[in-house]
Amino acid sequence: MPFIPHTEEEVRQMLDAIGANSIDDLFDEIPSELRSFSLDGIPEGLPEMEVAQLMHERARKDADVHCFIGAGAYDHHIPSAVWEVATRGEFYSAYTPYQAEASQGTLQLLYEYQSMMAALMAMDVSNASLYDGASALGEAILMAIRAHRKSKSKKVLVPAGLHPSYRQAANAIVKNQNIELIEIPFDEDTGKISLTALNDYAGTDITALVIGQPNFFGVLEDVDGLTRWAEENNAMTIAVVNPLAMSILKPPGQWGNNGADIACGEGQPLGIPLSSGGPYFGFMCATQKIVRQMPGRIIGRTVDLDGKQGFSLTLQAREQHIRRSKATSNICTNQGLMVTAATIHMSLLGAEGLARAAAASHDKHRKLVSGLTAIEGVEVKFNSPVFNETAISLPVEASTVLEALAADNVLAGFDLKNDYPELGNALLVCSTEKQTGSSIDLFVDKLAALITS
Amino acid sequence: MLIFEQSSKGRKAHAQSPSSMAPLDDLPAELLRETPPLMPEVSEMQAVRHYTRLSQKNFSIDTHFYPLGSCTMKYNPRACNSLAMLPGLVDRHPYAPESHSQGFLSCMHDLQEILKVVTGMKAVSLAPMAGAQGEFAGVAMIKAYHDARGDADRKEIIVPDAAHGTNPASAVMCGFKIKEIPTRDDGDIDVDALKEALGPQTAGIMLTNPSTVGVFERRIQEIASLVHEAGGLLYYDGANLNAILGKVRPGDMGFDVIHMNLHKTFSTPHGGGGPGAGPVGVSKRLEPFLPIPMVDYDGSAYRFVTADDRPQSIGRLSAFAGNAGILLRAYIYARLLGSEGMTRVAEYSTLNANYMLKKMKDAGFEAAYPERRATHEFIITLRKEAKELGVNAMDFAKRLLDYGVHAPTTYFPLLVPECFLIEPTETESIDSLDNFIEAMIKIREEAETEADMVKGAPYTLPVRRLDDVKAARELDITWSPDS
Amino acid sequence: MSYIPSDLLFTSSHEWVRDEGDDTVTIGITDHAQELLGDLVFIELPEVGDTIESGGEAGVVESVKAASDVFSPVSGEVIEINEDLVDSPELVNEQAYDNGWIYKIKLADAAELDGLLNAEAYNEVVEADEH
Repeated sequence: MPFIPHTEEEVRQMLDAIGANSIDDLFDEIPSELRSFSLDGIPEGLPEMEVAQLMHERARKDADVHCFIGAGAYDHHIPSAVWEVATRGEFYSAYTPYQAEASQGTLQLLYEYQSMMAALMAMDVSNASLYDGASALGEAILMAIRAHRKSKSKKVLVPAGLHPSYRQAANAIVKNQNIELIEIPFDEDTGKISLTALNDYAGTDITALVIGQPNFFGVLEDVDGLTRWAEENNAMTIAVVNPLAMSILKPPGQWGNNGADIACGEGQPLGIPLSSGGPYFGFMCATQKIVRQMPGRIIGRTVDLDGKQGFSLTLQAREQHIRRSKATSNICTNQGLMVTAATIHMSLLGAEGLARAAAASHDKHRKLVSGLTAIEGVEVKFNSPVFNETAISLPVEASTVLEALAADNVLAGFDLKNDYPELGNALLVCSTEKQTGSSIDLFVDKLAALITS
Repeated sequence: MLIFEQSSKGRKAHAQSPSSMAPLDDLPAELLRETPPLMPEVSEMQAVRHYTRLSQKNFSIDTHFYPLGSCTMKYNPRACNSLAMLPGLVDRHPYAPESHSQGFLSCMHDLQEILKVVTGMKAVSLAPMAGAQGEFAGVAMIKAYHDARGDADRKEIIVPDAAHGTNPASAVMCGFKIKEIPTRDDGDIDVDALKEALGPQTAGIMLTNPSTVGVFERRIQEIASLVHEAGGLLYYDGANLNAILGKVRPGDMGFDVIHMNLHKTFSTPHGGGGPGAGPVGVSKRLEPFLPIPMVDYDGSAYRFVTADDRPQSIGRLSAFAGNAGILLRAYIYARLLGSEGMTRVAEYSTLNANYMLKKMKDAGFEAAYPERRATHEFIITLRKEAKELGVNAMDFAKRLLDYGVHAPTTYFPLLVPECFLIEPTETESIDSLDNFIEAMIKIREEAETEADMVKGAPYTLPVRRLDDVKAARELDITWSPDS
Repeated sequence: MSYIPSDLLFTSSHEWVRDEGDDTVTIGITDHAQELLGDLVFIELPEVGDTIESGGEAGVVESVKAASDVFSPVSGEVIEINEDLVDSPELVNEQAYDNGWIYKIKLADAAELDGLLNAEAYNEVVEADEH
């Protein structure tokens, strides 16, 4: 019986102690009609060796590809030590640190994580993570509505150039609370937030402006100008950023005159493998002024009875298990294991390592784009500086390119047509520092061959 | 010492980053960062040593008996982790084409099917990333169902007073008002109060079964009829699914929508507080509203079910496909267990809990519901000890840590004073259980003669009791060099 | 046993009211309330100028284990708030009826005071609570 330690003798002993004849007797409070059914459709259990064979076979089907897709998930180098240490049983199988004295390892790590994220974003405070970047945006919007007491409109401006799934997930989270998400289109030439469209809302009651940096197309926005617009219009600024990019780009705490109010996004580039899109982690940072409105767990440093430094969960009165229906959110878990890995990752890379990794990734991607645009008919779509990925326009359908190149195990990018039909035949391509020159050459050669044929 | 305090300017893990900085000449200077962020500057070995030592300060399932009620701290099989991290799976991009994703998609599809059968529901979505998100999805689906039928005046969700805080919090996030009903002294909800609470304003009821007080809701079929007759739907909080896995199915009990906590019942790692996974299962009438994505099989290939296929879906809850790596771990666990293994989970977790309940009663501890069977967990109340000895549940909990056992859940559910909610799980042997009971008896003896000593526990851990008030009043949540 | 001053008025949700005699009242939470909450860590104050209805939420008092709404016993306009509570929330624990006052209201309808509990009636509420 896998994972069950009881011997027959022990079972007997236990039933005797209880005064029951059989284990089934212990279920006698349950109406008998509820207890008959078949579990047909669930395969019988297998020994570990056979499950391993099964999983190896399935894993092989999806392996050995050259991946040039970014679009919110990036394949960066992760030091081996990160997951070796993060999957130690003491981290892997620990619970939420509700008994602080028995969880000082996790709690101190989370405090260090909060400190590193706040530093990376140049903001005052961070929480101990949310589920992912998309839901973090939803929570950031709810937080802005709560924190902005002077604004009554509950209107939030969201750029069309922000990740489509983020916009959809944010909408799913806020739609039942009378919050209006207003889409601001991007400029066709630059791919950036259209200032003309934004100015339609100048002087009106807007609760918050969301700014992505880089945006979904890899394009870099004029973050200072946009944040100043929000400041002038009494709107809060919510930054949605790539945390690795923040090691070389101006971080949200330094945008505009006063900095963004809330910074959030997807933490995956910090030591989390692609793993089909999850588990990742959402990060959230804010100014000190609105810290009490921040959802999710927060770890604080304090002292024990002997005056010794220690760490514990704090500001819990805002959370679901105390405040219940008036909680800042319904969140219970954070993404503890992922944050453990990210903290170890950031410690191994440090500020300089993160900056070099970001620059190396950006540089590889420049080589990719250079190679691709040398092909007749392939052009860069937007006339703007970008970080790490680029939208290119093609002389043929992007779906044709994707299918043809997939036959050679080259995953060429993300087809923009479904979410942005106005962009025509456009592909979002990315390369991180991990791609080799020969992979890039393969992509370029195959695309050239396809186009000329 | 914090990692920052061990830093030394210029120290680095040389093997882990490029040896020089690539040019950024194509990026406008005004968009570049001017000062680097304050991050650790340590060697690779320092980082490894620091975090390894931190891990050694934790209690965990791998190191300690951890009978946290409603958390299901069972053994996390190592195979689930190593097989989920195989190349091909661990490095699959979420947007990889279906042609190159059949391995991953087949695992997801199979898991959907397994969860359908074991819960007795008609359709499953693996999208929600945690129990609370599953609850949000479930309540959102109830709302979508009523809205689609033009029944928009149903603005109330009924919740028992013993419910987990995420239940009312999730309902409010969906725009509902809460109506609380009481739990009776025998542990079942008050059906008369339920009848009074039901009406044309009722959208649904959120229940856990076995309930948060650790007993089976005996009148569940009657409750289901009453709620359905009033036009409401039944939501099942699957936190306690471990008690009935393979023995009773929520679908058979009459529930319309359920969420499961894979990080409890399917042994995915608790990871120091997450990630979880909270798949939802529904009856036929709620199927159109399920969150996307889901996975379909057309007889020859697996594919994602998208928004176009499901125009009435409540939408997507995450950027990609939920906590995919966690879903893989749950799938591997399900294949290791098989159908008989799942039934054994309920049987042995219930055996262990009833054994502990009996032994604790024999030792003179007060059970909150002494006439009831334990399910996979049970509650004892230490109110007598608190009153007579001045030593309360929190004190017992902290002293248990000195005995090498993680305390059970304390002060939840809120309606039992000075309570311990104890859930041993099926993977613990009789020795673990006896050990715990011995420790409780010893602590009570200590409380009789040296109450102050117990009140000052723990003594053998990296820290003594922490000043929570100071932590909240003098908020220190970000390190700075002058702190 | 909590302290209940005889010259104040009370609500069953544990707020106290002192009639200042000039159409304004001072409001805080009772000794019993602060005992239940434990050490307070934060007080969310209303804003000067806010108009509140009787029974409406005027603020939040937060301890480590709970966060409770402060309900306004009367209707009117907030004319003063106790800024000392920002840095020293513990004043509510230590001096619930004096320096732990929370806010002052200019009454919209003085007759509302008649609907409040006197010390004796509030004492009964506390006794019922303590069982």
